[in-house]
Amino acid sequence: MTKKKSILADQRVIVCLVIAALVIIYFIFSPEFRQYSSILSMLDFSYYDILMAIGVTFPLITAGVDLSIGTGMVCYALIAGRLIRDFNLPVVLAMLLCVLMGCVVGFANGFLIGVMNLPPFLATLCTCMITRGIGSMIMATPWPTNKQPGGWFHSIFKLTFGTGRSATKIPIGFVLVVLLVILMEFVLNHTKFGRYTIAIGSNKEAVILSGINVKFYHVMAYVICGCFAGLAAVAYAAVVPTIQPGTGAGLELDAIGGVFVGGVSARGGYGSVLGTLAGVMVIVLLKTGLPYVGLQANWQQIITGMVLIGAVMIDVAKRRRMAKEQ
Amino acid sequence: MAATEAILTMENIDKTFPGVHALDHVHFDVRSGEVHALMGENGAGKSTLMKVLTGIYSKDSGTITYEGKEVEYHNTREAQDAGIVIVHQELNMVGDLTVAQNIFIGREFMKGFRIDDKKMIEESRKLFEELKIDINPRDKMSDLTVGKQQMCEIAKAISHQAKVIIFDEPSAALTEKEIEDLFLIIRDLRAKGLAIVYISHRMDEIKVITDRVTVMRDGGYVGTLITKDCTKDDIINMMVGRVIYEEPKTESHVPKDAPVVLKVEHLNAGRMVQDVSFELRKGEILGFSGLMGAGRTETARALFGADPKTGGDIYVNGEKVTINSPQDAVKHGIGYLSEDRKRFGIVVQKTITENSTLASMENYMNGPFIDKAAEKEVTEKYIKELSTKTPGADQLVVNLSGGNQQKVVIAKWLVRNCDILIFDEPTRGIDVGAKNEIYKLMNRLTAEGKSIIMISSEMTEILRMSDRIVIMCEGKKTGELDISEATQEKIMTKATRDIS
Repeated sequence: MTKKKSILADQRVIVCLVIAALVIIYFIFSPEFRQYSSILSMLDFSYYDILMAIGVTFPLITAGVDLSIGTGMVCYALIAGRLIRDFNLPVVLAMLLCVLMGCVVGFANGFLIGVMNLPPFLATLCTCMITRGIGSMIMATPWPTNKQPGGWFHSIFKLTFGTGRSATKIPIGFVLVVLLVILMEFVLNHTKFGRYTIAIGSNKEAVILSGINVKFYHVMAYVICGCFAGLAAVAYAAVVPTIQPGTGAGLELDAIGGVFVGGVSARGGYGSVLGTLAGVMVIVLLKTGLPYVGLQANWQQIITGMVLIGAVMIDVAKRRRMAKEQ
Repeated sequence: MAATEAILTMENIDKTFPGVHALDHVHFDVRSGEVHALMGENGAGKSTLMKVLTGIYSKDSGTITYEGKEVEYHNTREAQDAGIVIVHQELNMVGDLTVAQNIFIGREFMKGFRIDDKKMIEESRKLFEELKIDINPRDKMSDLTVGKQQMCEIAKAISHQAKVIIFDEPSAALTEKEIEDLFLIIRDLRAKGLAIVYISHRMDEIKVITDRVTVMRDGGYVGTLITKDCTKDDIINMMVGRVIYEEPKTESHVPKDAPVVLKVEHLNAGRMVQDVSFELRKGEILGFSGLMGAGRTETARALFGADPKTGGDIYVNGEKVTINSPQDAVKHGIGYLSEDRKRFGIVVQKTITENSTLASMENYMNGPFIDKAAEKEVTEKYIKELSTKTPGADQLVVNLSGGNQQKVVIAKWLVRNCDILIFDEPTRGIDVGAKNEIYKLMNRLTAEGKSIIMISSEMTEILRMSDRIVIMCEGKKTGELDISEATQEKIMTKATRDIS
């Protein structure tokens, strides 16, 4: 067991080393990156990825997937934005509505997968298309900007604690996201829901035959995922200037990729939310950081792909070692 | 026979894995025209030795001589091409392909760019004729019984022009009748001059089918015996270093007035469970005997709510209950230990603790959170009580041996406080020593007032453990015997009643 643990810890350690290496490289080669504001703006664009990733960690641990979070996120943000602009919905209600819509779509996914036994890839591909379709029907609807009435919600994600020189300011969004990571890590490891989520991914049949209401917990994994997609919608609306209708496809892939980089097993049954946070940070650093060192954004995709291959290879090697020990 | 030269000799084979001396200068040889048993408890090194032979592992030292030449294979393909083939315990068949496609997988006959299915079917048919097996090469593999699939695996081995065939626990999943068929084939192959290595845990088979026995223990070579000159006890002694066989039960241990804890009436669930009724009494071990496919597992799964029922009433402690899901069954104190532990019983990549409390989480909660201390405490209690061999409660179950994994599943239901336990093939894939422990444990549980339904395909197990025996055949209950009147013959007659 101690040996196992050290291997598992390895992947997270490796990921942290990768993060450190990237930050150091950027620091050395880019004077711009050294400014605190650059780091803040990079973090701004990481929140929705991290939130989506926290959520999708759960379906991925059950050996499923949720492809609908990217388009879903944009769709919820559009609907809520439209309601704010045209129907004067209070912003706070709009934010709750985003989360609620996320939960509903998550429940739909969970129902199709956990109860109707549709393959997760297929079920969420369908809801991905549906949410994208609904998203396309809504007119481009900016949420109130920072200076407009109701724009306070930007503060949650864009503003910082503290006063005085920028270096002492702590981004509120980052604090919030880290708290959520810690909360969900705790949920994963210390609650029935978390334990069963992992067990379902490891051996669903055995869990059913242990007399556990597997359908409920399986559905719940997707509801949690949807809920975080709803939170991501708020974070997304807070940081992008305008939300384009019909977009969002592909955004989920950054989050899912991050989860895998963070050490969730590609076959389910193992994972951690802390790992997810680290994994997503790697993706975010690649996505927003490479331009600082003069590399085209295209390179981000290529390098991310390679990093992902590396991460999955660690998982495969781990399994092979386990199989050998047996 | 002793005059024949060995076709294959392995000498001083040594292999070390990190932390384990898996093979310690092992000697093994097999001659053309003999069946040579390779025995030993799980983990004794039998499979490792065969994996070294067929190139899955490379040896650290030692020599392998085959047909007079020193050889070393780097993968199974090379070994196959040379004529050394393994028939695996777990069948390596692609369920969705036909029999013929499976047999010639990887070396399909081609007609230009097209696969020549016709020729493959024809060749398969020839193979089956040679082996006197009745299988249609066009059938889908997944439609065949386990026994038939095994026959296909043998046919595949022979189609490689094999000179040495290794059977790795071939009988583990077969019925008595299928085992007989298998033995006919093995004898036939022996007569044709093939060298056969037979790995098995089943003592009876070894006596029946093999010419020599080589025993391994803890990675070391213990010795080789001529089968007809030795007794079961000789072999077992070599395997474990102690005599462990127990006599069959002769009479029921259950008092006449013991209350009925479970009553099943007219249970129906598809073709495999037709109108099955029985009673289980407190402290009783009720054996379910029958051939593979008799509907015993299906009956248990329907009773447990794992598969849908079409009819029937279930009474627990005299009260009628509704069981539509495993959840309901567990609520009424019924626990099910599946025949396929890895698939249905345990979560192998999780710890003993997590598995032990899996069915009774709600008792180990502190508000919304899991009470890990309490969890660990109860797990350690059962590790001690069941004498599970493990370095600790947080050991991953995947690292335990079959017998100890089974104990973890038992612990799961004991933690849940289940009074009715369904053991489906409780000792499948478990070595002799551990088997005995499981038996003792079952006897202890019934002495403590638990009641057990035991499904078993092993006649010796049925006769040794059961107080009463229910016999099934093709989805119907065909008989019920008290242990005092049960004999192998009586059970077999009922188990095959409808089979012509």
